Amino acid sequence: MRGEPRDGRIVVVGASLAGLRAAETLRDEGFAGSLTLIGEEPHPPYDRPPLSKQVLLGKAPADRTGLPRRRPVDAEWRLGVRATGLDPVGKEVLLADGGKVPFDRLLIATGTRARPWPKPAEAALDGVFTLRTSEDAGRLAERLDAGPGRVLVIGAGFTGSEIASACRERGLAVTVAERGPAPLVGALGGTLGALAAKLQRAHGVDLRCGVTVTALEGDGRLTGAQFSDGTRIDADVAVVALGAVRNTEWLAESGLAAGPRGVTCDAGCRAFDMYGIVTDDIFAAGDVARFPHPLFEYQLLSLEHWGNAVAQAEVAAHNMVNPGPRRRPHLTVPAFWSGQFGLNIKSVGVPTFSDQVVIAQGSLKDARLVAVYGYRGRVTAAVSVNQAKALEYYQRLIETAAPFPPAQGAADQIESPEPVPSDVPDPKMLSHGPTVALTGHLPDRRLTLVQPAR
Amino acid sequence: MAADTLFHRITDYAHRADPYPLYAELREEGVVRQEDGSYLVGTYHEIEALLHDPRISSDRRKRTVPDETALAEQGLPPAFIGLDDPEHHRLRSLTMRSFGPPHTPDRISGMHDEITRIVKDLLGTFPGKERLDVVDDFAYPLPVTVICRLLGVPIEDEPRFRAWSDDIVAGIDPTPGEDPEARPRAAVEARKEMGLYLGELAEKRRAHPSDDMLSAFVGDGSGGQLTPLEIMTTSVLLLIAGHETTVNLITNGVLTLLRHPEELARLRSDPALMPRAVEELLRYEPPVHMLPQRTPLADIEVAGVTVPKGAPLILMLASGNRDPRRFRDPDRFDPAREDNQHLGFGSGIHSCFGAPLARLEAQIALHGLLQHLDAPRLLEDPPPYRRSPVLRGPRHLLIEDGRSGGRERR
Repeated sequence: MRGEPRDGRIVVVGASLAGLRAAETLRDEGFAGSLTLIGEEPHPPYDRPPLSKQVLLGKAPADRTGLPRRRPVDAEWRLGVRATGLDPVGKEVLLADGGKVPFDRLLIATGTRARPWPKPAEAALDGVFTLRTSEDAGRLAERLDAGPGRVLVIGAGFTGSEIASACRERGLAVTVAERGPAPLVGALGGTLGALAAKLQRAHGVDLRCGVTVTALEGDGRLTGAQFSDGTRIDADVAVVALGAVRNTEWLAESGLAAGPRGVTCDAGCRAFDMYGIVTDDIFAAGDVARFPHPLFEYQLLSLEHWGNAVAQAEVAAHNMVNPGPRRRPHLTVPAFWSGQFGLNIKSVGVPTFSDQVVIAQGSLKDARLVAVYGYRGRVTAAVSVNQAKALEYYQRLIETAAPFPPAQGAADQIESPEPVPSDVPDPKMLSHGPTVALTGHLPDRRLTLVQPAR
Repeated sequence: MAADTLFHRITDYAHRADPYPLYAELREEGVVRQEDGSYLVGTYHEIEALLHDPRISSDRRKRTVPDETALAEQGLPPAFIGLDDPEHHRLRSLTMRSFGPPHTPDRISGMHDEITRIVKDLLGTFPGKERLDVVDDFAYPLPVTVICRLLGVPIEDEPRFRAWSDDIVAGIDPTPGEDPEARPRAAVEARKEMGLYLGELAEKRRAHPSDDMLSAFVGDGSGGQLTPLEIMTTSVLLLIAGHETTVNLITNGVLTLLRHPEELARLRSDPALMPRAVEELLRYEPPVHMLPQRTPLADIEVAGVTVPKGAPLILMLASGNRDPRRFRDPDRFDPAREDNQHLGFGSGIHSCFGAPLARLEAQIALHGLLQHLDAPRLLEDPPPYRRSPVLRGPRHLLIEDGRSGGRERR
């Protein structure tokens, strides 16, 4: 058995963080066969977190965020070409240039792309941007350098908030339009959302919550935007920050459980087919993967986190070259961070998997605190604001399913330790019916089991 | 005398040269309550958890068991090492501004050449000496010179602050049952005098600022400012922490390497191993053996034992560093050890912020010494130790070099 999994042809589709780390791990673990990485972007793998921070501030050029290489991977790099299909029987990846790449084992790490502005004509206006790739960041940074009169940021999630923060740091006028009641509410709930709103306004952001942008105006060039509350603004730059779309379309005919929510896989990163049967030669990792997590009632999570891409890629790669009993599950506690408006925000666990939240340390007033989230009486997440060192303790509480609210008595417990509703989208909505959970298909495409003719 | 409890034996000077068998006993027994009501923890995972637990205070004024608190209040208030958040955070951040990232990210790495030069100068005094005392000739003068430069303290004043420093270090010894008044009283006095001395130095910088930390403390600190009292307590802490620990790190390092000649030879031929070797020294023979000043703010369960609110809690870092449930083959000195998340610098909000400086000094010092000496030999093993069971290290470390001693060459 030993030796065999370390040979043959492995193809990795997706040449970004997860793809690169998987390739490095495969070689680290002794994979001696042929390795091909396929990437839609023409660049070697690069890092995305700086794109919405240092790059927009002009502190780092957009094309200089390349990922450090931890070891040589001895791979064939097929960059600048998109995978368009997968033949799981013939074991080939189909490429946009007509090429076909055969494999013995496949890793799907195609990640996500920016959700585009839904009206193509408006999206095509000069001055309308999304921010996902280094080209996006380079173009936007250049436009910010030129000193626009006003920047409109559509969507106040983490990316939108970081963009708004960078603009304000550069002294640019910024309007942020958020459909929800406050920035970051979708990720962190009401308590920290309210803090974020206060801070954005204190930093001079024209923050408009509870509104949507109904139209982007202009004639060739963007000139302004209209809102659902009937108001309008002048703006010469708009950044669409409405989240991400998973790159799974190329798998539509593959028979895999791949859909808008991602590619469903087991805890060992093995992809499911559309009948819920686990494959043994197709793996998934990174933003595009969707996997059951025992700490969160085995719900299928997709995490768009840097650390998850790394950890999951390493597990997937390990399992691709090891026989069954030696395989490992991907069980890391989710974690991410963001820098905006002078704040360092760090999260462990899944804050949206919660019904209550309590300020366990520090205070909202000082904007230095730890908010702890619970679901049905146990700790499921913690978010620190300018207090990242405190999180390790709460990570242990999450890992051990400690009761919520957590024990009182922290030295810097200042605010009332009364839990309040967390005001996140209903955690039950994270879950879906069994067919959807297994396959990742939306219910509009019901499955039929076709019996082969005798 | 009180009964022969485990903590008595650990603090007993007779066991200073090798406390590790006692630590093994401690780990075996779990969380151990002493007759004076204090609790000892010596297992890695429990210590690690307690270092991150926000309900564990570093402020000894929070203790319910009476100790020298009343006495301490006659002197200077605690430095940030003895305070909790948010006050600890405020003072630590203000201090860090002139020491490390994000405000002065290159301060420590920028001292590389200067430390190398100081090491060279010290090594330059060696020829002609047949015998060396690693402590007095090398491991002590290096960190003292460095911290004086960094803070802006005249090195000529070393005899003055050495006496104060000795008294202050003696004051943190938790030696139970012994002269409960005298040493803490001397420590309080020494701390006050040292604080006044450093406060005056800082005041002089106001008119004549220079590129040192005392100048930064009194300078235009946009985003907050230390008060004169805070400058005193903070400078005392930095001056003491800056040299009382690094001297032990370097000396323990030399001793350990001389006891492991094959590893010494390996490091001599492959200097790139040095950073990892220093990490291993911090695990295997750390300069700080225990944190004697923690206090729970609520009843806290540790490994099945409830440590009551207000009880003195003593975290035995050096014992955790040798916990076989955390480190494979923990009593083996392995300079190439990969999985080495040691407790040498503590962890959590109070983790040592001088760590980058201590690492740099130890790496440069040990490298310089290994390259300089030809065939070093220990003249006394074990060497005489300093009194403190907290900041543990040899008082003297006599060695003889094959070259200067005219012995055969390798």
